[in-house]
Amino acid sequence: MLEKKIIGSVMVVGGGITGMQSALDLANAGYYVYLVERSGAIGGAMAQLDKTFPTNDCSM
Amino acid sequence: MTLCEVTDVTGAAGKFTVTVKEHPRYVDVDKCIACGECAAKCPKKVDDEYNADTGKRKAIYVKYAQAVPLKYQIDPDACIWLKKPGRCGACAKVCPAGAINFDDTGKIHQIDVGSVIMAPGFDCFDPTGIEPYGFGEYPNVITSMQLERYLSASGPTEGHLVRPSDGKPVRKMAFLQCVGSRDEHLCGNGYCSSVCCMYAIKEAVIAKDHVPDLQATIFYMDMRTHGKEFDEYYQRAKTETGVRFVRCRVGGVEPEGKEGDLRLHYVNEQGRQIEEYFDLVVLSVGLETPKNVLELADRAGVRLTADNFAAVSSFAPVTTSTPGIFTCGAFSGPKDIPQSVMEGSAAAAAVADVLAPARHELAKKKTFPPERDIMDEELRIGVFVCHCGSNIAGYLDVEEVADYAATLPGVVYVERNLFTCSQDTQDLMVKVIRENNLNRIVVSACTPRTHEPLFHETIRTAGLNEYLFEMANIRNQDSWVHTDDRVAATEKAKDLTRMAVAKVAWQNPLENVSVPITGRALVIGGGLAGMAAALNMARQGFPVELVEKSAVLGGNGLHLHTTWTGEHISNRLFNLVHDVRNCDLITVHMETEVVAAEGYVGNFTSTLRGKSGRKFAIAHGVTVIATGGTRLMPDEYGYSEHREVVSALEFDKLKEVGDVHVRNANSFVFIQCVGSREEDRNYCSKVCCTHSVQAAIELKKENSARQVYILYRDMRTYGQREALYKQARELGVVFINYELHGKPEVEKTDNGFAVTVWDHVLHRPLLIQADMIVLAAAILPSPGAEKLARLYKVPLDNHGFFQEAHAKLRPVDFATDGLFVAGMAHYPKPVEESIAQALAASARAATLLSQDEIVLDGIKAEVDPDFCDGCALCIDVCPYHAITLVESKDKDGVQELTVSVNKAHCKGCGLCQGTCPKRGISVAGFTFKQIESQIEAALTV
Repeated sequence: MLEKKIIGSVMVVGGGITGMQSALDLANAGYYVYLVERSGAIGGAMAQLDKTFPTNDCSM
Repeated sequence: MTLCEVTDVTGAAGKFTVTVKEHPRYVDVDKCIACGECAAKCPKKVDDEYNADTGKRKAIYVKYAQAVPLKYQIDPDACIWLKKPGRCGACAKVCPAGAINFDDTGKIHQIDVGSVIMAPGFDCFDPTGIEPYGFGEYPNVITSMQLERYLSASGPTEGHLVRPSDGKPVRKMAFLQCVGSRDEHLCGNGYCSSVCCMYAIKEAVIAKDHVPDLQATIFYMDMRTHGKEFDEYYQRAKTETGVRFVRCRVGGVEPEGKEGDLRLHYVNEQGRQIEEYFDLVVLSVGLETPKNVLELADRAGVRLTADNFAAVSSFAPVTTSTPGIFTCGAFSGPKDIPQSVMEGSAAAAAVADVLAPARHELAKKKTFPPERDIMDEELRIGVFVCHCGSNIAGYLDVEEVADYAATLPGVVYVERNLFTCSQDTQDLMVKVIRENNLNRIVVSACTPRTHEPLFHETIRTAGLNEYLFEMANIRNQDSWVHTDDRVAATEKAKDLTRMAVAKVAWQNPLENVSVPITGRALVIGGGLAGMAAALNMARQGFPVELVEKSAVLGGNGLHLHTTWTGEHISNRLFNLVHDVRNCDLITVHMETEVVAAEGYVGNFTSTLRGKSGRKFAIAHGVTVIATGGTRLMPDEYGYSEHREVVSALEFDKLKEVGDVHVRNANSFVFIQCVGSREEDRNYCSKVCCTHSVQAAIELKKENSARQVYILYRDMRTYGQREALYKQARELGVVFINYELHGKPEVEKTDNGFAVTVWDHVLHRPLLIQADMIVLAAAILPSPGAEKLARLYKVPLDNHGFFQEAHAKLRPVDFATDGLFVAGMAHYPKPVEESIAQALAASARAATLLSQDEIVLDGIKAEVDPDFCDGCALCIDVCPYHAITLVESKDKDGVQELTVSVNKAHCKGCGLCQGTCPKRGISVAGFTFKQIESQIEAALTV
């Protein structure tokens, strides 16, 4: 069997709420993460929302 | 890596090469200090996509005020210079940091990684040109995302709800649901977007909050509020807020007069043709996969569903068809925030399953020089006063503040910086601290909320204890709010700086608290969720103790046949049980219950009691609660009297074994929401609509002559399940809507049952002859939940399901660290959502289990034994259960009382300090002496 070296890094494509959560959990568990975002800032669609239910918290 | 696009993925799991195209920003991020001078001078205005085109931005801009990174960028399609060099360049002329770089070019990066997670999100459906809605034609027809921006304080109208056409306040607004969803005819998307019902209700409630006498109407087909606490929110919107709900598809939107009013025509619930006027119409647009993602998926070999979402199995909900490439969020189907967050964590767990052998290989930890002992040194305070570009310096005299700071007791060094937070200033600070032997630092600038961690790191790099630091917020609390009074603002900045200096003078070095972690997990519950979590943790290398109350593994999964996608549950469940049983790192404790628990994150001890009654203790670092749910035994529709009236799960079993009642029956009636969405149990059990629709399809497929009726309140076949609903209708399943006030009535007759229900289409009662009646009985919390909640001191919600730390952002964690929830213990949910949450719990647990110790900050409550008399008032107010009463006897045998603080539990909130009548407890970094000095300094002029 061919010995294949596994690389301990991950690329997360998309810096919205789900991508950020992935990136944080992976980094905190000891993996190097590249978080790639198309636009000029992370945050995704949630950053556009005014408030979130059920508590009407500010989504920032 | 922002402004970056993945253009290609090659290789295989464990070693991929990803090609990333980085677009030029034209602003040097190391230099840009986000002062905003450039945007103020930029002459070019364009539509702002962040505001969903409701407002304008400049050609040089930040995406939004709180953007990360907070760095400006130039839009090359709008910038005058980039289109015709030499023409403008205003930004470059005013930038105080010299950050503008018109010669910036794109770059191509080739990056080797072990795994890839695709989390590209969604695009909102664009309703432009869909004829009946008039979006793009009539200004007062807007999308839900645009409304979101109008309602936001940071939006184009600062939260004032006005009509786009004339700026008049909105008095009457309508929401049209399912625009770009559940509509193949007009917009080509057959699926349900899952989130629009709930966001429309939220937007209506918030809009009414802004304009109290606003009339808000939501026109809908089925109200799909199937998530946790969603139905209650819906009911409150209806009864308390006064949002009107009308069940119908609106035929069209037309202009009325020249003022911008809009006319809607629709058929109401009584069957009448109605025309009604509104001044704002909101289109609740659905979600779809962005076009560029479809291309990338194609290149990466990721298989898609017919609805253009990533195809996944219910048993591996974040695993794409390409090994090593995972997905989370809306790419695998429309979903809401909590589910997306869960999947984010779940994808991390799935990646770790593959990459665990290489954990810690590439991730680096920052190292710091040893700390200097300052306890015997005399006070040498350094003060750094920040200009924040013109943010502070524009409104107060920074030089005067700095000169004043130099006169304060203990201050030996003062400096002004254009931007104290910039990287070059950090390097300078380290040098200054070392050269001048400073031992306390004050930064008069902005808020510690965003910048304190940066300065802590800087002074730590200079060899000082990170807590020998204080910030004075002369921006948010001063220059920003006193823009019209330079003299007073300057005086206030002096006051704030003087207070900070007074406080830091009494600051001693604090030690961060390290807590060792027991690298073992306890999973309570051996159903799908519990097993999935246990297996994933074990595959990452962590030993797991799995506790199951009953004599079999599998939980509710044992009673289920197929997932909504048609996958066989029993086969997969059998494999899962086999893998768990054969995993060396999982110890299974059958017929065992938790009877006692103590400890805290990283250090729990749980006592288990096995079948024989023998008790034994297990030490573990994390706890996953996955105790599932149970089903309601209905007490209506003749359930307990007639053997032909059965619950859904019983029906599945009878059908499987070829029961004579099922075989001989010709007419089947499914009754939905039996025990769900009623008083006292005002939640949706989420899975029953899909389950009944699937059973109905099967009955019809077996024999199309069968009569199959589904009596429902709202058909909640959310997401891509909508295809099943469509298929059932095509096969001739009859769907009849009923309301809570007109529930179906079941009567036994000589040859079966007579079911009476009010038909909303025909507007008269309908009599159905039925041979068999199937009840979609509610899902209840597990009966053991209450006891477990008490043992681990975690909360339950109103209905008895476990309450997560935050409904949106922490859907798997409990407020208490080290405890996690997964599966139906949290809320009723289908297989793939249970497994996603289980994987998420595993990922969250792994962030702890992969460390040797947890480092907590040093801001903790400390007891002063000279003053504490053990009155225990602080114990009651502590929200983290960190304080306990300690009884002891002195040498004469007299009882002594005091309290002790568990530093691992304490979050330093200070409630104890505020409550204590005797100065017996205080929080380090906020001692009585420090706060008194600060107050004295405030009062001294």
